[in-house]
Amino acid sequence: MNAARLTGLIRKEGVQILRDPSALAIAFVLPLFLLLLFGYGVSLNAEHVPIGVVAEHPNPQTDPFVATLRRSRYFDVRTLPGLAAAREAMARREIGSFVWLRSDFARQSLNAPPATIGVALNGVDANTARLVEGYLTQSWQIWLTQLQRQQGTTPAFPVALQARIWFNPALRSRDYLVPGLVAVIMTLIGALLTALVVAREWERGTMEALMAAPVTMAEILLGKLLPYFVLGMGGMALSVALAVFLFAVPLLGSILALTAVSALFLLVALGMGLLISSVARNQFVAGQIAIVVTFLPAFILSGFIFDIRSMPLPVRLITRILPARYFVSSLQALFLAGDVWDVVLPDMAALALMAAFFLGVTLWRSHKRLD
Amino acid sequence: MAALIALIRKEFLALLRDRASRFVLIGPPLIQLLVFSYAATFDLNNIPFVVINEDPGFAGRQVVARFAGAPAFREVAALPSIAGMAALIDRRDALLAIHLDRTFTRSLLAGRPAPLQIVIDGRNSNTAAIALSYASDIVLAFDADWSAAHGGGATPAVLDVRAWYNPNLLSRWFVVPGIVGLLTFVVTILVSGLSVVREREAGTFDQLLVTPYRPWDILLAKAAPGLLIGSAEAVLIVVMAVVWFGVPLTGSLAALALGLELFLLSAIGIGLMISSLAATQQQGLLGAFLFLVPAIILSGFATPIENMPRAVQYVTYVNPMRYFMVILRGTFLRGDGIGALSGQYLPLAVLGLTGMAAAAWLARRGMG
Repeated sequence: MNAARLTGLIRKEGVQILRDPSALAIAFVLPLFLLLLFGYGVSLNAEHVPIGVVAEHPNPQTDPFVATLRRSRYFDVRTLPGLAAAREAMARREIGSFVWLRSDFARQSLNAPPATIGVALNGVDANTARLVEGYLTQSWQIWLTQLQRQQGTTPAFPVALQARIWFNPALRSRDYLVPGLVAVIMTLIGALLTALVVAREWERGTMEALMAAPVTMAEILLGKLLPYFVLGMGGMALSVALAVFLFAVPLLGSILALTAVSALFLLVALGMGLLISSVARNQFVAGQIAIVVTFLPAFILSGFIFDIRSMPLPVRLITRILPARYFVSSLQALFLAGDVWDVVLPDMAALALMAAFFLGVTLWRSHKRLD
Repeated sequence: MAALIALIRKEFLALLRDRASRFVLIGPPLIQLLVFSYAATFDLNNIPFVVINEDPGFAGRQVVARFAGAPAFREVAALPSIAGMAALIDRRDALLAIHLDRTFTRSLLAGRPAPLQIVIDGRNSNTAAIALSYASDIVLAFDADWSAAHGGGATPAVLDVRAWYNPNLLSRWFVVPGIVGLLTFVVTILVSGLSVVREREAGTFDQLLVTPYRPWDILLAKAAPGLLIGSAEAVLIVVMAVVWFGVPLTGSLAALALGLELFLLSAIGIGLMISSLAATQQQGLLGAFLFLVPAIILSGFATPIENMPRAVQYVTYVNPMRYFMVILRGTFLRGDGIGALSGQYLPLAVLGLTGMAAAAWLARRGMG
């Protein structure tokens, strides 16, 4: 390893980065664009859900229940004349659910309780359906509690459930999604930055020129790694700033811990990209592999949106070899819960191991040979 | 016609020439189908919880037993006091903690509201909301039984909830049809997104332009591999969805096929547009990526479009995947036919034709 030769290689890579704007675009425009789009676009909070109400015979018994639904911020109530109209509206996708109060509701609830309140949910989107069901149950409880307070009967709910939600009391899905999003974006950036550079040198034949130069393979790889590492950390800083200042996601952990985890993760991502591109030697194949092994797994298997605890065991084991998984869990802890070293340290250890593995294998596989 | 077929053959040969290219087109989508279909679920079946039961009475034990017996819940620890609870939640060893204080049974027997505290890890807000609603269901069932056994008045009305199209609310029925669109989309965009620019970088595109082929012929030949490979992969994934994952396909196959072809047309149009705009393969790949990622996230695949702000919802109107998601879920789960989905076909056709026309114009202009 020779400092002068390494500086030369880094300068060459720097000039190349500045000449072809796509690397700069990947590092800075991509995170800006993606965070803005996803930060505003991705939400699991269903509010103002259009819900139909069919009250076949509106009367003083049914009115308070409908009024409770109207007061809920989760629902956007539409009154429908009958069951046929409700079915029609469901089929046309105008409402996602409806509540049906039969004409004998008042008589039933007074004389032969309990009366049934029919609820039909559009089950296609099972998650939203379940959330709507939860909101409806809440409204139903509020209505019953009020009714019983007025009538002075025994409480229908002997147990008073008091829920405290830690780390994200308002259950803002943005606070949970944005840290994970930063991880998904960094995965993309890291792999894209390097996946294409080595493959490009092979394809254009300039790799042979590099090999003929009096530098070692380690110096070539380090010369590629360092400039892109600096670029990637710049992209990370931009993403964190956007998350905190634009999306108002609380950052409770320390900058030091955040920097350390990000640096380790970036090394893994860059190492993976380098390995892909030195194996593929072809931009089409390198690009395909980079997308397949980075973005989609980071999107679906990292715990960014789908909870890893709900996955079957074989899939949970697969997520263990996914660098994004460790980064997502650390980021979610660092942003929302603070420096939880019990989470962050094992994640960092796993990332360090992976970085060593990818960089080691890349170095081992790269020979100055032209076969 | 024979000349066009020869050109199409050439496109396939260029794409499937080497083993690595063939493999990346076929292997990863299948692996992803299997892994993602099992992974992409919002259902909770394994909620680890910790119990802090300070209540000496029988009612507290009954409540705890109900949680421990619920299939979605798994007790990981029982603590004598709330000391130590925070560490378990911080480390994610427990998603929620159930705390019953000393007076629980006494309050219940005296007819006073008996407090039951639940602490939930809200880092994943969706998991927290679902887990809380499961917990609330368990408590409500306990309430009903307690009232019945201890002479409380009958509840005036109860909810009778039915889920249409997906009676057991299985996430998989929602996600797997979406994966058909997701994987088909990625393959098609990549195949067509690099097709023109690969030749341009190699310099053979100029040669192609000086042949007697008309620009539309060239474009048609470039579109053919995406259309065929996309169709074949979609059919394979649909079959897997039905046979392997047991997702019902209740609607009309013709409606699904029509939707698929229109969707592929628009995906190819966009891919070819990207390819014609790019000067190098790297730019083509980057362009494909810059389109794919937002198109996937803003398609309704994982998070509903209805939850997005109004302005972003308008952006989704130019996203072909948005329409295909509705077609896929409509034909799989809702039993839709062509008539019910006509509102989705038209935008797809418009997007497809616009994309192809723009690609043709861009490819010619590139020679200028």
